[in-house]
Amino acid sequence: MKRQILISLFAACFGLFLAACTEPEPTAKNAVPPPDALRSGPDRWKTIMTDKLHDPTGPGAKQLQNPAEALFYLPAAFSGNMVRWVEAIEEGYIEPRPSILDSNYEMQVLDLDVIRTRTADMPMVLFPHRKHTEWLECGNCHEWLFKSKRGATRFGMFDVLNGEYCGRCHGAVAFPLVECFYCHSVRREQLKKPVTELEMHK
Amino acid sequence: MISDLFDYIRQIPYRCAAGIMILLATLMLIAPLPAAAEYGDVVINKRAGKAGMRPVIFPHWFHRIRFRCRVCHTEVGFEMRAGSNNILMADIIEGRFCGKCHNNKIAWGPQNCQLCHSGLPGLESGVRGGPTTGGPGKW
Repeated sequence: MKRQILISLFAACFGLFLAACTEPEPTAKNAVPPPDALRSGPDRWKTIMTDKLHDPTGPGAKQLQNPAEALFYLPAAFSGNMVRWVEAIEEGYIEPRPSILDSNYEMQVLDLDVIRTRTADMPMVLFPHRKHTEWLECGNCHEWLFKSKRGATRFGMFDVLNGEYCGRCHGAVAFPLVECFYCHSVRREQLKKPVTELEMHK
Repeated sequence: MISDLFDYIRQIPYRCAAGIMILLATLMLIAPLPAAAEYGDVVINKRAGKAGMRPVIFPHWFHRIRFRCRVCHTEVGFEMRAGSNNILMADIIEGRFCGKCHNNKIAWGPQNCQLCHSGLPGLESGVRGGPTTGGPGKW
């Protein structure tokens, strides 16, 4: 039995050794790459021809724009489209049209933070209306998906993971649900008032 | 006698532990990454495949550089759930759904079949994840 354990350990070491061997060795030229280049190289996005979704033999695939050609120039993130979309608007990288019907339409930005406190052991969820209303209008979420009245909409993380409520967008087009602390961003000890007073849903 | 056999069978995982670990280590190295579209790409193939066309690939990333969410999800009227929009090619040509922009005025028109119908034949409809998720409800 001891021998078997030793063999297993040896095998594990061998596996780790194999994995270490395949890491590219730093050469003199790229020994200390600038952090920006690490985060936003154009190879972070699949090309249209290799994404296993578009048909590389079809006539359209050659004509379509590759994600890297556009997303490379936007603020970098570590998940989703690898782009911080809200910052991209706020810092003026992109200016998506707010309307196709009314050329004078302006987005109605609402600066109102909502804190959801019932998050068990996780930090509390801070929902910033401002970031959302730069993309969406009130009616996209209210009143059919979320009620405006505080505490009127009950849902949990299971719903979100199943693509309901926040999960309608987050996990599909907005930043994915692996970024726990983008939402769960308010630690209980940060708040001066007791948590019960701020409870938004019961 | 028979219990010896059972013991032998029970010990197989331990006997092969080294082999299994080497196999797993090699698999981890050579296993290809799962097919990854760009995050938020939507495959629309409710009808295209049956009609002999390639599936439609809708790239969210491309459109949200140019338009706010509300343009499509309010003004054009797309519901925020893959599969719940019943998009007919006839609607598009008459200026509904995609055709509200893809009309040769705001964007190129519906005569450019190949630009939308560009997917691999046989793809299933739905939102495709990116580097980290398989889309909602697919965890």
